[in-house]
This record gives sequence, C-alpha cells and structure tokens, in this order.
Amino acid sequence: MAQDAIIRITHLDKQYETEAGLVPVLRDITLAIQPGEFVAIMGASGSGKTTFMNIVGCLDLPTRGTYVLDGADVATLNKDRLARLRNKTIGFVFQGFNLLPRATLVDNLALPLIYAGVAKPERIKQALELLNKVGLGGYGRYLPNEISGGQQQRVAIARALINRPRLVLADEPTGNLDSKTSHEIMELFTQLNRDEGITIVLVTHEPDIAAYAKRLVRFVDGRITHDGAVEARFIEEMPA
Amino acid sequence: MIGAMLSEAWHAMGANRLRAFLTMLGMMIGVAAVIMMLAIGRGAQFVVDESIASMGSNLFIVLSGSATSGGLRMGMGAVPTLTIGDTDAIAELPSIAAVAPAVPGTAQLVYGSNNWSTQVVGTSPSALVIRAWDVSAGYAFTDADVRAATRVVLLGQTVVRNLFGNEDPLGKTIRIKQSPFLVVGVLALKGQSLDGRDQDDAVMIPVTTAQRKLFGSQFPGSVRFIMAQATSAEAMPSAEREMTQLLRQRHHLPERTENDFDIRNLTALANAAAQTTRVMSVMLGAIASVSLLVGGIGIMNIMLVSVTERTREIGIRVAIGARERDILLQFLLEAIIISMIGCLVGVIVGVGAAVLANLIAKIAVVITVSSLILAFAVAASVGVFFGFYPANKAARLKPIDALRYQ
Repeated sequence: MAQDAIIRITHLDKQYETEAGLVPVLRDITLAIQPGEFVAIMGASGSGKTTFMNIVGCLDLPTRGTYVLDGADVATLNKDRLARLRNKTIGFVFQGFNLLPRATLVDNLALPLIYAGVAKPERIKQALELLNKVGLGGYGRYLPNEISGGQQQRVAIARALINRPRLVLADEPTGNLDSKTSHEIMELFTQLNRDEGITIVLVTHEPDIAAYAKRLVRFVDGRITHDGAVEARFIEEMPA
Repeated sequence: MIGAMLSEAWHAMGANRLRAFLTMLGMMIGVAAVIMMLAIGRGAQFVVDESIASMGSNLFIVLSGSATSGGLRMGMGAVPTLTIGDTDAIAELPSIAAVAPAVPGTAQLVYGSNNWSTQVVGTSPSALVIRAWDVSAGYAFTDADVRAATRVVLLGQTVVRNLFGNEDPLGKTIRIKQSPFLVVGVLALKGQSLDGRDQDDAVMIPVTTAQRKLFGSQFPGSVRFIMAQATSAEAMPSAEREMTQLLRQRHHLPERTENDFDIRNLTALANAAAQTTRVMSVMLGAIASVSLLVGGIGIMNIMLVSVTERTREIGIRVAIGARERDILLQFLLEAIIISMIGCLVGVIVGVGAAVLANLIAKIAVVITVSSLILAFAVAASVGVFFGFYPANKAARLKPIDALRYQ
C-alpha cells in the first residue's frame, strides 16, 4: 500500500539564499500521501506551507531530500518532464484565482489543453463541458472580471481539472471569498475527492475550511508538528 | 499549437493597440526608408549602366595631340596629327577588334521647310559596331560608300523628329550645308551619354565625304579622333601600349619627346562613374538600415516592457504546464508579428514613396523584387533577433517568482 503513495517526501530540506545567508524554510519533512486522500495543511504565515506546496507542485526544487511524485523522483526529471507533470498530473488552484484577465472563460479553461497539444475543436468541447459541470454553462464568452469571485474560483478549479489530474493542489482557495461562497467551493472539492477519487492537498488558515479534509498536517517553523485525522475538537483549539 | 499561439499573440497585441502601432511604426519607417533608398540607389546605377552600355565596351578614344610651335605649347587637338592611314594601321594591331575614324563638325540640315543644326560625324561603318549602335530602319552606309565618298547620311532619332516629324525619312534627300544627301538609314534610339548629352542629336556620313565635301581642311586626310575597340577588357592595357608604339613610329617621334596624340580609356572612366554610384547606393542603403536597427530596438524595448507586465501571466502559464519553449515561442511570435506587419506596411509606403519621387521629382527609381525580399527578410530577422532576448527572459523566469509578482 505504501508503495502506491502519490506523494512521498523523505527528509526534505529547503533553504533560501538571502543577503543574510541561508534561511531554512523547510526542515526534515517526511510525508506520504496516498491516492484519494484529502489533506489540509495549516500553519501560520512563514511556517513554510506555501514553499511546501510549490515543491509538491514541481514549481520549486528541494535543497536536500527526495520527493517522489507518482512514482518518479522529481530531482531526476528535466524541465520539460516537470512541465508535463504540472500539465497532466497536477491541477493548481490559487487564492487569487489567477485567470488570464484578457482571455474569455472558455479560453482560460482551454489553456492547459493547448500545452497538452489538444486540437482546437476538442479544446472548446471539453472546456464547455467542464464549464457546465461547475455550474457556469452559458458563461463561456465572459471575461473573468465580468463574473463574481466565487464564479472565478469555479472556473479556476475547472481549469485545474481539465487534463484530468490525479492531484489537485489548492493554495488558500477560499482566501478571497466570503463564507457562503467558501463553503460552496469546498463542497465542490469534497465532491471531486469523493466521486472521482482525486487527491486534494489544500492550504488554509481557516479551521472550518480545514474541517472538510480527512487529514490535517500542521506546519510550525518549517517542521511538521501534527499529522493525523481531522477532529473538530482539535481544530477548534487551534489559533486561527 | 502554433495556430493557438498565433491567435494568442494577436490578441495580446490587440490588448494594447496604441503601443503595438507605435512599435510597428518604427519598423515601418525603417523598411520604407530601406526600400526607398535602394530604389533610388538602383535607379542611379541603372542610369549610369545604361549610359555605359550605350557608349560601347572596351573603348579607346585617340585624340590628335598637342604640338609645340616655337616654344608655344598648344592644347590637345590643336594640330590634326591623326590620319585615315593611322586608323587603318591601328586596325591591324592584334589587340584591336575594330577602329573607326571621326571627323565631326556642326552643320545646318534642311528638309523641306524644316531646318535643324546638329552634329555631323564623318566616320566609317565600324563606328556602329564600336558604339554598339543599331540601325533601326534602312541600312548603314558601307565601306564602298567610304571609298567613293558618296553623299549618304544616317540620321539620329532627334534629328528625324525635328526634320521629318512623322514623315518617313528613308530615301528622302536632305541638304547639309547646301549639299544634297540621301537618307539611307535611321539610327536606333541611344539616349543620354554619361555627361548628359543627347546622343541621338547627330547624323553620320562617310568620313571621306566629310573630309572632302563638307568640312574642307587645311590638312587633307586628317581626322579629329579615332575610336578603337580592344578585343577584350583584359586586352585594354596591351592595346594602349601597342597603339602608342605604333603611332609614335608612324609620326616619327624621336625618343623623349611628347606624344602628339592622346589615348583615353573611356571604359575606365565609365567604370569609375559606375563605381561611384555603386558606393553611393550602398551608402544610402546603409543609412536606411540604421533606421531599421532603431525600429528593431524599439521592438525589443516594448517586448521587455511587455514581459515585465505579464510576469504573473507567465507564472500562471508555467504552473498549468507551459514549457520554456512554449513561453519563448509565444513572445517571439508576438515580436515577429509586430515586425512583419510593420514591414508589410513599410514595403507599401516605401514603394509608394519611390513611385511618388519618380513622378514628382523625376528621380530615376528601380524597385526590384530582390530588394523587397531583402527588406522583408531583414525585418523578419530583426523581429527574431530583437524579440529573442525578451522572449528568452520570459521563458527563464522562475515560476515561483513569476507567480508571486503583483
């Protein structure tokens, strides 16, 4: 079972070089995530959770230690293979939605398909299907700034899903949304995890958002201080 | 993939129309300037080349020379030292292909109620060979005409126009200095000479006729100058040497005395003129290229701004799976599109301006397909060259930095 982990991180360190010298951001992280898990990552600002997500998302490389994603040690992969992983295996959802402001919703959705080499008619078809699925059918020709934040985040989630990734990484996906919309978005993540078995790793500040996950990992000063099941009682004790 | 990138590049430009337009403008002015300058340079070259071709190739002019009379040195041609005999002797030289004597003079021509003053050249039929001058109607007079000193004449086009208008001159009789001459042929149109003279404003008659019947001379049998054509361009130096030796011998000139004739290598002079225009057209092109360069720098400048502005966009693209080469290609395509459109408009403006210059200022212009292709190729490579650095910069952005950029 342990062999099949989608994410396997072993003794991982990450240091940044600054004018003041080497600053350790992640220290001796060891973590395995199985396919189909829904993991929430919590921690104060500067605790290293965003750096952790960047490394998991193949946007950054560890200083020491190994990271095996879906059976492949990322340290051995060239830039093109990493780009392919980001395109096919991983879907990103950001706090600020990160849609291209001048592209229509359909074009935004279809963008990962361009890099996957899918032909145009197929791109449009898939984008429209997925737009329907996140409840935005008929909005295809709108620009991102013409719809609400919650709607934009739905489009961003749809974009993350369009190449059918096995892993979705969400960095504070509800950080810019009101509480009602936040819960709607979290329902969507829960549904994806439950119905389609997509592995979800989600960073959040908010205990009630983390409560949607099945497993909680807590970072303090670049170390994992808690890794276990999410219990409502435990979450309530934590500082927000 | 390329199709999608082209349409994205197009949209990216649409998002900032004024900026894209201004960038194109730089490119456009550069290309237009290059095309215009090339057209003018080639035009000047064309005019010179035409004049040289009309002059005849590998050509010498032997002028009768100066004479010293009681310590008084006279100018060239003061004494008619050259004769028909010299002409015939030069014709025998191995490096000489053709020779013709010339006895020129100005005379009044009359036909009916029209009259016209023009240059009358007494010469032999080989003059037409040397000058590469065809007879467009009728026939040229022959060596028999020269031997018999017949009264026949070949008319230049300008003379035909002034004396005959639309009438056919062949077989008509005109009067030159009162004497009747039969028009046996009309010379082909020749155009201007290098120094701007109208070469068609002249008539040719047999040299003997000119000597004996038209321009009476105190030195019978003398000619003003001799036209000689060398067998090839390589033979020109030896031809000059042989002619000098021959003429000195024939004129019984002792050693260490000056020549009493002057040999001028017209082809060398003409080539110098051609060289001058060639240098001029290269210089015009070089100056115009500077504006193309400036246009290219403009593109680079704008692309750098664009890359900085769109750092976050680049980060997003990388996060969802763009490879370095995808980002590179995207920005490179934008630069190429800008330079190509600028170039296309520049070609149109450049050609238009050249045509206008031709119509209004009467400047000779020659627009060749090769110069258009050259301008286009240069513009495209300017786009690639100056687009590459910003595009490469975009492709090498670190994704985490790019995503964090606000």
